[in-house]
Amino acid sequence: MAIELLMPALSPTMEEGTLAKWLVKEGDTISSGDIIAEIETDKATMEFEAVDEGIMGKILVAEGTEGVKVNEAIAIMVEEGEDASNLSASAPAATAPAEAAPVEAAAAPAAAAAPASAPTPVEPDYPEGTELKSTTVREALRDAMSEEMRKDDTVFLMGEEVAEYQGAYKISQGMLDEFGAKRVIDTPITEHGFAGIATGASFGGLRPIVEFMTFNFAMQAIDHLINSAAKTLYMSGGQMGAPMVFRGANGAAARVGAQHSQCYAAWYMQVPGLKVVMPYSAADAKGLMKTAIRDDNPVIFLENEIMYGKSFDVPVMDDFTIPFGKAKIERAGDDVTIVSFGIGVGYALEAAEKLAEEGIAAEVINLRTLRPMDTETVLASVRKTNRCVTVEEGWPQGSVGGYVSNVIMQEAFDYLDAPVINCTGKDVPMPYAANLEKHALITIDEIVDAVKSVTYR
Amino acid sequence: MAPKKTTANTASKANVSKDELLTYYKDMLLIRRFEEKAGQLYGMGLIGGFCHLYIGQEAVVVGLEAATKEGDKRITSYRDHGHMLACGMDPNGVMAELTGREGGYSKGKGGSMHMFSKEKHFYGGHGIVGAQVPLGAGLAFSDKYKGNDNVTFAYFGDGAANQGQVYETYNMAQLWDLPVIFVIENNQYAMGTSVQRSTKSPSLWERGAAYGIAGEEVDGMDVLAVKEASEKAVAHCRAGKGPYILEVKTYRYRGHSMSDPAKYRSREEVQKMREERDPIEAIRSLLLTGNHATEDDLKAIDKEIKTVVNASAEFAKESPEPALEELWTDIYA
Repeated sequence: MAIELLMPALSPTMEEGTLAKWLVKEGDTISSGDIIAEIETDKATMEFEAVDEGIMGKILVAEGTEGVKVNEAIAIMVEEGEDASNLSASAPAATAPAEAAPVEAAAAPAAAAAPASAPTPVEPDYPEGTELKSTTVREALRDAMSEEMRKDDTVFLMGEEVAEYQGAYKISQGMLDEFGAKRVIDTPITEHGFAGIATGASFGGLRPIVEFMTFNFAMQAIDHLINSAAKTLYMSGGQMGAPMVFRGANGAAARVGAQHSQCYAAWYMQVPGLKVVMPYSAADAKGLMKTAIRDDNPVIFLENEIMYGKSFDVPVMDDFTIPFGKAKIERAGDDVTIVSFGIGVGYALEAAEKLAEEGIAAEVINLRTLRPMDTETVLASVRKTNRCVTVEEGWPQGSVGGYVSNVIMQEAFDYLDAPVINCTGKDVPMPYAANLEKHALITIDEIVDAVKSVTYR
Repeated sequence: MAPKKTTANTASKANVSKDELLTYYKDMLLIRRFEEKAGQLYGMGLIGGFCHLYIGQEAVVVGLEAATKEGDKRITSYRDHGHMLACGMDPNGVMAELTGREGGYSKGKGGSMHMFSKEKHFYGGHGIVGAQVPLGAGLAFSDKYKGNDNVTFAYFGDGAANQGQVYETYNMAQLWDLPVIFVIENNQYAMGTSVQRSTKSPSLWERGAAYGIAGEEVDGMDVLAVKEASEKAVAHCRAGKGPYILEVKTYRYRGHSMSDPAKYRSREEVQKMREERDPIEAIRSLLLTGNHATEDDLKAIDKEIKTVVNASAEFAKESPEPALEELWTDIYA
């Protein structure tokens, strides 16, 4: 009986990949465990092993093909004596073995994060007419770090797998080659220790960039982020501080469960002495990262694994930076203000698109930095729209949206025509099951419903 | 690597100059008198919060500092007054920080446990047990990165020696050959818990062997032994051989903090230490028996130090409290 080989999901967030190379040809006998192909994900080139024994009947996707969707049939294996000549792929979805579920879950938030069509930036971050280049968030982060490291010898990158492995999420790809092992430093898996060492190095006059593979692991090190890095300038009466960046993936990825799926924005946002950044687009990532590295204070830079592979236009400029404390109006509108940051901006834009179809014009504000927070831009928008919905992936109690609501209540109470609604992740540890995870995260429909509620539609 | 014990005997130190002995005597006496005064001011309500006195441990910092040069760095825990005085920080600024005044090293915003001096390369003053260990290795990292031969002294107690981050730091310090001297000030009590009640390890410095770090135990009541060990450790680090561990056996005469009645040890135990092992008395006796100084000379030194300490107390009382605007400064650079 013929067996279809499907494009495998080789990382929690993979949606598609490149079939780099076939290592077998039609007619070859294959044993279980044989490496039959090489597949490139957005992070790495992986080997694809055969699970079953048989003969390679037909190769359906030629090597070198890019953008092969996960779960698409790429080849058909047959048993001895079986005729492979008139085989073709069946519909991909139906075959779904154990691997189908993760793909669906991974695709959901990613699709939502895609940039909405034609955002209307009110104040552009770069001069009109600047050449734009499609860049992934991953590349933008690397470019920002590399540019700053070329300029300033005291900047270095430290973390797990940042050097020889080229970055667990390939953010630091190529940096070891360019800057050498002195400035791109692999650490043992000891967050508490290396966060402390990097903070001490910043006291000593260097400007470290610390990569946490994800911010979940920064919990081991949080004492140094807060007690050592954030407070020293104050405790020393201004004599010495910690000019450094702590960066890494934050928030839910896909199907990685409770301990690997948490948004720390609200946690760090609370701490005086820290600056907290959460970019949405690649341009945000680049401009804000360069500003973060130059800042003389400890900066918490919250990235998102699902966004790493997304492409956005980034201005081609010698030195593109975005100042902290300046929100971006991603889309203008008069009926309601939707405030978000990070991956949530993508959800907000998608909801705004849907709402537009129903005649509701939403203004979408991307906060970009949570501390300092550009509440002026939010307030100005709310004074115009008289309604506000906040969107974030984190938990509801003590949320960023809760703080924004409080500021609006104090500064623009008389302008409100409806209570502010906070769309947040559900108040539960992240479940693993695909359907439950989807439900735990915010959805576009929830945002649309919240907007309808505050606009009394 | 063959770590070994330094068995120092004060009486055998014939090659120490008179000037050196007098310097150590003065430096240790300054710390003791300063701490006694701080204790008094605490009792008067002029110093608040936690205040951890260094009385009994003076030989540790004075001996270690004897081997330093300009550019070397030091970082320690919350029992930090002695370290600051030993590296040359102004007693007025230290005392005024204890009283929370504008003239303090941190303008009154740090307090007893959080004081710094960029000028003297003193990086605090840290209130979280063990945190200063990776921070100290980080300071050493910055010097190695810059390519100079400075050394960092990272001081911590026998209590902190059981913190996980200490061992994470040992591992990386040795892996990267960082020029850091880990100084374990083993005063035998982590607050109220004796070393014997917190670990079955027979010694703390030997744990470094697991990471390949050389080290030794030092008699911390003997300033000359500490100085000798410091010179050796410093030479090791400056030569680019990586970190070194000194477990300095010492003893604090006072409680863990001002509010500690110290019921976990007997009065006799403390008394015996003071009578038989006091580091200041030992040098005093060397000075006298070696005919390096007369009773009158030493009295003059005592007087001189008393004057300095009293002046610091006066300064700390007279210096105004920080202006209210200071609440909002130094949060961001």
